[in-house]
Amino acid sequence: MLLTSPAGIATSHALRRRPGADVGGAVFKWLLIGATVFATGFLAVLLAVMIVDGWAVLSGNLWYFLTHGFSQRSAAEAGVWQGIIGSLQVALVTGVFAVPIGVATAIYLVEYAQNSRFARIVELNIRNLAGVPSIVYGLLGLVIFVKALEDFSKGATVIAGGMTLAALVLPIIVITSVEALKAVPDSLREAAYGVGATKWEVLSRQVLPAALSTILTGTVLALARALGEAAPLILVGAATGFLSFGDANVLETFTGPYTALPVLIFNFARLPGADWGVNAAAASVVILVLVLAVNGLAIYLRNRFEKQW
Amino acid sequence: MTSDASVAPAEATPGSPQTRIDVSTAGHHRDDAQTVFECSGVDVYYDDFRALRDVTLEVAEHEVTALIGPSGCGKSTFLRCFNRMNDLIEGARVEGTIHYHGVDLYQDEVDPVEVRRRVGMVFQKPNPFPKSIYDNIAYGPRLTGVKRSELDDVVEGSLTRAALWDEVKDRLKMSAYGLSGGQQQRLCIARAIAVQPDVVLMDEPCSALDPIATGRIEELIAELKTDYTIIIVTHNMQQAARISDMTAFFSVQPNELGHRTGELVEYAPTSLIFTNPDDPRTEAYITGRVG
Amino acid sequence: MARDQLTAADLQTSLMRRVRSHTVRWLFMTAATVTVLVSALIIWTVASGAWTFISQVELTKLTDIGWFPRRGLFDLTTLLVNSVQISVIAMAVAVPSGFGAAIYLSEYAHPKVRRVMKPTLELLASVPSVVLGVFAISFITPSILTNFFSEINFFNKLAAGIAVGLLVIPLIASISEDALRAVPGALREASAGLGARRVTTSIRVVLPAAMSGLMAATIVGFSRAIGETMVVTIASGGGDTSLFNLSLFESGGTLTSAMAALGLGTDQVAGNNLAFQSLYFLGALLFAMTLVLNMAGDVIVRRLQNRY
Repeated sequence: MLLTSPAGIATSHALRRRPGADVGGAVFKWLLIGATVFATGFLAVLLAVMIVDGWAVLSGNLWYFLTHGFSQRSAAEAGVWQGIIGSLQVALVTGVFAVPIGVATAIYLVEYAQNSRFARIVELNIRNLAGVPSIVYGLLGLVIFVKALEDFSKGATVIAGGMTLAALVLPIIVITSVEALKAVPDSLREAAYGVGATKWEVLSRQVLPAALSTILTGTVLALARALGEAAPLILVGAATGFLSFGDANVLETFTGPYTALPVLIFNFARLPGADWGVNAAAASVVILVLVLAVNGLAIYLRNRFEKQW
Repeated sequence: MTSDASVAPAEATPGSPQTRIDVSTAGHHRDDAQTVFECSGVDVYYDDFRALRDVTLEVAEHEVTALIGPSGCGKSTFLRCFNRMNDLIEGARVEGTIHYHGVDLYQDEVDPVEVRRRVGMVFQKPNPFPKSIYDNIAYGPRLTGVKRSELDDVVEGSLTRAALWDEVKDRLKMSAYGLSGGQQQRLCIARAIAVQPDVVLMDEPCSALDPIATGRIEELIAELKTDYTIIIVTHNMQQAARISDMTAFFSVQPNELGHRTGELVEYAPTSLIFTNPDDPRTEAYITGRVG
Repeated sequence: MARDQLTAADLQTSLMRRVRSHTVRWLFMTAATVTVLVSALIIWTVASGAWTFISQVELTKLTDIGWFPRRGLFDLTTLLVNSVQISVIAMAVAVPSGFGAAIYLSEYAHPKVRRVMKPTLELLASVPSVVLGVFAISFITPSILTNFFSEINFFNKLAAGIAVGLLVIPLIASISEDALRAVPGALREASAGLGARRVTTSIRVVLPAAMSGLMAATIVGFSRAIGETMVVTIASGGGDTSLFNLSLFESGGTLTSAMAALGLGTDQVAGNNLAFQSLYFLGALLFAMTLVLNMAGDVIVRRLQNRY
């Protein structure tokens, strides 16, 4: 070191990192890391606990568990087959109602009506709907979809349940689709208008294809949310006890009694006895795997197709 | 390209009497030039804010008209009046009249979609669609119902006219995003002329390009002039001087409220504007003392 | 060069294209109207049902000794106190952890870590609430809480609150992180340029600047906790009756779990008696509370967005 002047030496000394000077900063940082690990790590704990608790079923007769219906006689005879089928059917109906309406609303908000009074009402309405507790949607479903629209839904059926969850996920689909459409750069729209395209031509051939992957991701995430909902389905009459499809064919099951996987888990959980607890844990693992797989797929798709404009 | 008149209905009705719009103001135009646009007292508002005040000028056929002026003077806003692109901006409003071949562009019966078919546009940043080169060009003709069998010819003709054919003929099915910036901009020009427009508007088409690519676009503009009327906004005064026949100089003065409303200061043949401007503000701008 | 007369009729697109464009516009607008209709129907459903209940019930029964709907006792205080207690516990779990994770991700984490952690938080947000309910009774109470509190009930508000808190963490972390990242980098640089350490910059500059956003995150999180149903129904308020108590170690029903309990009857003994009508009254109450909270949070977030 060639520093000779006293001032230089003092400076070099002053600039040196002193060990232990920033203890507060280090503690703060580790607190933050701890909070982050707690926030994200409990998923691992959750999975581990459910796997351990449900091990008797998961290791022994998983196949039986997945392919047999509910039985009131004993926990060992009860499976989740009807729940899985019911959940998929409900999710299908949910998608059929929520996706077209949700995406169309988003298109209306972004492409047709920025800042009109009606659009502002719709936007405010969507934000508020997004915060309505899920069980309140159950009341909507009970009064409107089960009773008022009974001719269409045939009462407490998969159709009524799916429509209820469609109302529930509608705001999610609108919000994610709005974001997807807003992310499409205006230069693309201008280019299409510039060669004489009508609004619908600009939308259908440029904007929607560009936003499609993001809209799809949002839709999948919304349906995953629907897959995990139990509270509204309890109100619109998903069966919590014994359920028989009888000899109904696939189409008939849409208008008959039904149940869903989360509702079954609730049912297992409230029955007394440790063996029902094993079933609850095992079914929890099944739904966690299902929901996490769907979500993981959606997140992967989004990152994969994320566009840089 | 230009011989394919079946797609341009206006030119396909022979026998109608020829109209001449009297060039009464200024007298700068050559006498044999047909007037394409006739603007009078054009104001543009964004909600309550007046962006442009009282513009009156005429644009002659097969000429290059340059719009120049400092930032915020409303020249791009004005350019977008010619194909009603301002309709797409919420709250934008055009007052005064703009006649296109004698037809009031802003009357109710006029559909902006058809206006944009006839008055094409090239934008500041090259904005090809995220599709193949071929589909970029074919997009517009497909909208107007050009037959599949004719599309190949339209694509080749447009790309040739835009001096891009030789560079891309072997990779028409590849993404337009693989082209260089200058090539992308020429693709956008080809896309604009593929729908057989009458006028091509260019909004600072070279501002995102390097000098060599800029030079090629300028050459292209000079060639396109024989078939199209061109109105170009540019920041670059040398460019205006090189390529344009007429130049409109816009300026902007903040008023007492701080609102900046643009106005047309001077409109004259380019040779005159750059050698002997009438208005001291024009002179100050082109000699580099302001702006 | 001669040109034929152009008329306005020439400047029109084909009828087909115009009709198609307008039809589609009309369809989109109809869809948007449906979303408003959903809200209107929700309000009508809960309001009319609640009115039926209120006009039939003796008002003194609303403050009686506990929540025994099938015996005509509808003490709201019991349910409200339990709802608030459980939500406060949930906030005590979710706020420190959510804020901590948000600050870490926004101020400290390497971009690579962020890229992994953000999707993980999203995954967490999708864990079904029934699973957390099962987690509360199969792990939180027996494996953790009984070690500290020997007299704790198997069904208790504390475990329910903790599980609801876990459920709300991703929501709070996500809103807070958005608020922190909305603070302009120039502010951080200004602070660092004055010789402040990162901890000082975070606490003295970034957090105050994002304070309203963090508040909004707390409010919206609280609203979500109040509205959470399944965790509470499984872990605390299993039965359809509740006696007033303040102990966190005891079980207790909330607005939501009472609704779920009443609703469980709908596939078996659906009826028009007063007990069933109280379902709508609770729904109306819940709807109004969460609406007010969410709107407050929304106003705060919006104000923050306009600042920078």
